[in-house]
Amino acid sequence: MKITDIIRFAVRASVGYPTRTLLMLLAMAIGVGSVVVLSTLGDGARNYVISQFSSLGTNLLIVLPGRSETVGGPPPLLGITPRDLTLEDATALLRSSYIRYVAPITLGAAPVSRAGLEREVTILGSTPHLFQVRQLEMAGGRFLPEGDASRASAVCVLGYKIKQELFGSTPALGETVRIGDWRFRVIGILAKKGQSIGMDMGDIVIIPVASAQALFNSASLFRIMIEAVDRDAIARAKDTVVKIIRARHDGEDDVTVISQDAVLATFDRIFTTLTLTVTGIGAISIAVAGILIMNVMLIAVSQRRAEVGLLKAIGARNGQIIALFLAESAILSILGAALGLLVAAAGTWGIERAFPEFPLTMPLWSLVAGVVVSLVTGLVFGVLPAMRAARLDPVLSLSRR
Amino acid sequence: MISLSRIKRVFTVGDEEVNALRDVDLDIDTGEYVSIMGPSGSGKSTLLNMIGLLDRPDSGTYLLEGEDMTRLDDSQQAALRRHKIGFIFQFFHLVPRMSAAENIELPMMLAGMAVAERKKRVEEAVEAFGLTDRARHRPDQLSGGQRQRVAIARATIMQPHILLADEPTGNLDRVSGNEVIDILESLNRQQITLIMVTHDPELGRRARRQIHMVDGRIESDRCPSINEKGPAEQPRE
Repeated sequence: MKITDIIRFAVRASVGYPTRTLLMLLAMAIGVGSVVVLSTLGDGARNYVISQFSSLGTNLLIVLPGRSETVGGPPPLLGITPRDLTLEDATALLRSSYIRYVAPITLGAAPVSRAGLEREVTILGSTPHLFQVRQLEMAGGRFLPEGDASRASAVCVLGYKIKQELFGSTPALGETVRIGDWRFRVIGILAKKGQSIGMDMGDIVIIPVASAQALFNSASLFRIMIEAVDRDAIARAKDTVVKIIRARHDGEDDVTVISQDAVLATFDRIFTTLTLTVTGIGAISIAVAGILIMNVMLIAVSQRRAEVGLLKAIGARNGQIIALFLAESAILSILGAALGLLVAAAGTWGIERAFPEFPLTMPLWSLVAGVVVSLVTGLVFGVLPAMRAARLDPVLSLSRR
Repeated sequence: MISLSRIKRVFTVGDEEVNALRDVDLDIDTGEYVSIMGPSGSGKSTLLNMIGLLDRPDSGTYLLEGEDMTRLDDSQQAALRRHKIGFIFQFFHLVPRMSAAENIELPMMLAGMAVAERKKRVEEAVEAFGLTDRARHRPDQLSGGQRQRVAIARATIMQPHILLADEPTGNLDRVSGNEVIDILESLNRQQITLIMVTHDPELGRRARRQIHMVDGRIESDRCPSINEKGPAEQPRE
């Protein structure tokens, strides 16, 4: 028996019972479609988070005050609050040869006003190194001036959006704005760069770190961002940071240093697991579709007993009958899978329309997995009905009409 | 050509054992025209299925053209059914979703024959059986006589040596029944062995050799035509 004949026979048989065939296609399409859509969503979430972290900069270390890990030993008799990070700590870090840039960060909110327009804005106090560390771009003017970090000066860099709100289309460079009780001269405007980790770099005002400390009347830093000289130096830079801070904090390990890579790897793991989980849930529906295929094929076999008996009488071997019925369930599975991919494409398109900023790409592996799983399901669940057909006694099947 | 000896077949129906065939001995030569008659349950269909390799005896030997059939496995038997045996049924057993031509083509498809050869043979058969304008029709668009002609075309498309017919006219009116019998008899004249199960005595009497079965045994086996007129008994062994 030729393969084309097997396929033609199976297709004719499927077309011969349209309701049954449509139901089976629907079940398989929903199964494959949900697998692809769910894995696309999971993958999209993962890509989204990772791109957010990557946009922070490269070879990045972040120093936070306070310790997030415990290291054995008896609990202290007196409660110790973690020492604050200071500007001096940040300056000291620059001595390490593994570290290229150090950007101390002070964060706060203050009213920013100009010519009667006033708004509460996030104020970020830092040094010129922030420019390299966060890979910022200027739309005009220049970034914070080099010089002694501990000296305050009344200059500021505006985010793209806040510039639009305060100045509109008129030039802002050289103008002054009032931040809190202080007047600052605008020396630069940030280019439009979009969000990174929830902080909208367009809706921000950057001032020298010493000015920010004076503005918020605080000597402590929110965190310190560090760029290592290269990727290989990240681990050593991390050790050096811990060592330097420990020496400055009377031997206490009271800071946490996280590397961007570690964060990225963690998120990658979490989201890969998440994706696999939701895909697995989707795969259950493929299994359900498989069981439906088995059920319907079993019914088909008993409906077509006489046909099976006839095929045997005119010389079909048992293997040929198995092939014919297996081909039928395989074809239904493949068509169902193809339909499922269309459903998935439509679903993804719909989600993209609803959430345009969410990056969605159908992962290739999920397409392949969806189609392969459905085909395997069709074959596996098709075996039992096909075997039953082959085992039918031709005399009995022919004697009933 | 066909040689059955001491063929036994027992069916279990519920707790009871039914002896469908009890030690049947039968020899049929090439080109014979045999009718098998008898009341229902006498084992005539079982005998036909046995000859057609659809059923296996519980004991006894069956030689077909000198080859022991009981030793063959399923797929070897299937190959013989494909090439040497043609079946014709009371209920035609056409595949409902296929056209007449496709039904006729089916055995050649199973045999893996080349498409061009298939088309040629189907065309010839369709013409020979007077189905030219019906070839594209599905079975439910055909009359009973036409359906049986399609079934005969299908049974003979592989040029078998033996034609087995189980009540071929049982579901037909008299006119199309006669038509079908005429076709079968003309095939028999072309040296195809024809074995027909029927319980229509008139039909059975047309065969040169008439076998009567009762209760799983051959009760009588006569060849009345040898002495043209009169039902002179010619018991054969």
